[in-house]
Amino acid sequence: MEELIKKTREIRRHILNMTAEANSGHPGGSLSSVEILTVLYFRLLNIKPDDPQWADRDRFILSKSHACPVLYAALCEAGFFHKNELKSFRSINGILQGHAHIKTPGVDMSGGSLGQGLSFGVGVALSAKLDNKKYYTYVLLGDGECDEGQIWEAAMSASHYNLNNLIAIVDRNRIQNDRWTHQVMDIEPFKDKWLSFGWDVIELDGHNITELINGFNKALDSTEKPTVVIANTIKGKGVSFMENNPDFHGKAPNQEQLINALSEIDNS
Amino acid sequence: MVEKISTRESVGQFLADAGEEFSNLVILGGDLNKSTFSNIFGSKFPDRFFDFGPAEQNIVSVAAGMASTGKIPVVSTFAVFATSRPYDQLRVGVSQSNLNVKIIATHAGILTGEDGVSAQSIEDIAIMSALHNFKVIVPCDVIEALQATRIAIESDGPFYIRLSRPATPVINKKDYKFVLGKGSQLKDGNDATIIACGIMVSYALDAAKSLQDVGINCSVINMSTLSPIDMDIIINSAKDTGAIVTAEEHYISGGLSSLVSQVLSTNIPTPLESVALTSYAESGKPEDLFQKYGLTSEKIFHAVKKVIDRKKSL
Repeated sequence: MEELIKKTREIRRHILNMTAEANSGHPGGSLSSVEILTVLYFRLLNIKPDDPQWADRDRFILSKSHACPVLYAALCEAGFFHKNELKSFRSINGILQGHAHIKTPGVDMSGGSLGQGLSFGVGVALSAKLDNKKYYTYVLLGDGECDEGQIWEAAMSASHYNLNNLIAIVDRNRIQNDRWTHQVMDIEPFKDKWLSFGWDVIELDGHNITELINGFNKALDSTEKPTVVIANTIKGKGVSFMENNPDFHGKAPNQEQLINALSEIDNS
Repeated sequence: MVEKISTRESVGQFLADAGEEFSNLVILGGDLNKSTFSNIFGSKFPDRFFDFGPAEQNIVSVAAGMASTGKIPVVSTFAVFATSRPYDQLRVGVSQSNLNVKIIATHAGILTGEDGVSAQSIEDIAIMSALHNFKVIVPCDVIEALQATRIAIESDGPFYIRLSRPATPVINKKDYKFVLGKGSQLKDGNDATIIACGIMVSYALDAAKSLQDVGINCSVINMSTLSPIDMDIIINSAKDTGAIVTAEEHYISGGLSSLVSQVLSTNIPTPLESVALTSYAESGKPEDLFQKYGLTSEKIFHAVKKVIDRKKSL
């Protein structure tokens, strides 16, 4: 457990350094999903960093692709590529694009246009069923992203095809690009929507590692339905001046903010 | 009497046969499977056939996901719904990722007729040709359609194949061999070149025959691959004839005319006339629409005469 908590600090440092270095990117929604990716990449996912295309691997699909700093940090910590690559985030000739691209080692889907990842996950999960493979497909969605109609087309088809090997996670940080989600487009009653689309729903604290592990394990045991984990989170989690602050959805910290933010992480 | 055969029905049957040869082939449909004839595959391989209802954005992204695992997904629906509706999914999910998704669309163009403008895809060549990595094929007949479908399934990467609703004339001989990215010379001639695709190839051949009767000797090229387009055949034919007419069942912008113009203007500036749609059409029988909206052999005939006049006045 202590190791996982240590990992979350390391990943948060990477997110802050990457976005500051690039002077752009999306720290808020990356910081809110740190524990989710930490539990997946360092506890649950069956992956081989030295063989990113391994056919039997569990898939992690980042549908809220603007949060790619957290994915790159996790992939780097897991050993998919060297730490030095993080410095080239969003830079020309680098391997880490501004939104995740499938050519980057460990990235399972190209994103950047919201709403497509759950459908992609349905496709991957259908293939697993066809081929009698045991891998699981995880898709991380944003809560603002669920404004996209395609999410609900995908949700309907996942339950229609009984994809119990598909697990969606919603990073429910309640802030989207411009404002709070309830101000932009109220998605509540959110849990009821998923239930009515034929999904099992698990709600939990998306920063509580024990809850995440237990929640995912429960989802993995599903015999019939796809499961959505609604992870209640705090946008910008771990950095006081970023927490619950819509300004840091798509804005990088400046040098002074970076120093303060890193010291908060070190002292957490 | 020219024999007419439905490309969509033949391709539907072909896919069902190909299902045995290609165990990774899967078909994704959108509640139009009787019309696209993908229901034949569906009856034969129920486990590899997925209907998503009319939810084309979902269908295309699901196809991308399946392709990422090594499947060969065919998206089978009408051209309008296969291209315009899920364009973003095609762009980000398929083209930018260069995934092995095959879009085999039926009911393209104004041949779809009575259903009216919303159902008549007259922009699909333009928008699909603007997607890097996509191979765009407009077969002129059933012989070409079947070979193009086989090549699409055998080749890695995204393909768009544009098929029609009604049965269309069989142009090619049985021994014809479709080559991806290559136009085919159907008739030689040195006064002008008619470059056509799809249904307009048969009108081009009719026009060439009438022109022959008045002493004008036209070359006719079937340009079945729109992207990547066969630059060599265009440039060489422009050298031979010095006058080009394009003919397509598509809007005048972004389709065959635009693609040929680009090759000509950057390599061998040559007078060009276009026979294409210049507006939306309307509901009606296909043959009536072709008359009213100017997709006829007479139009091609006059375009050839005009382009030859322009060549002479250079």
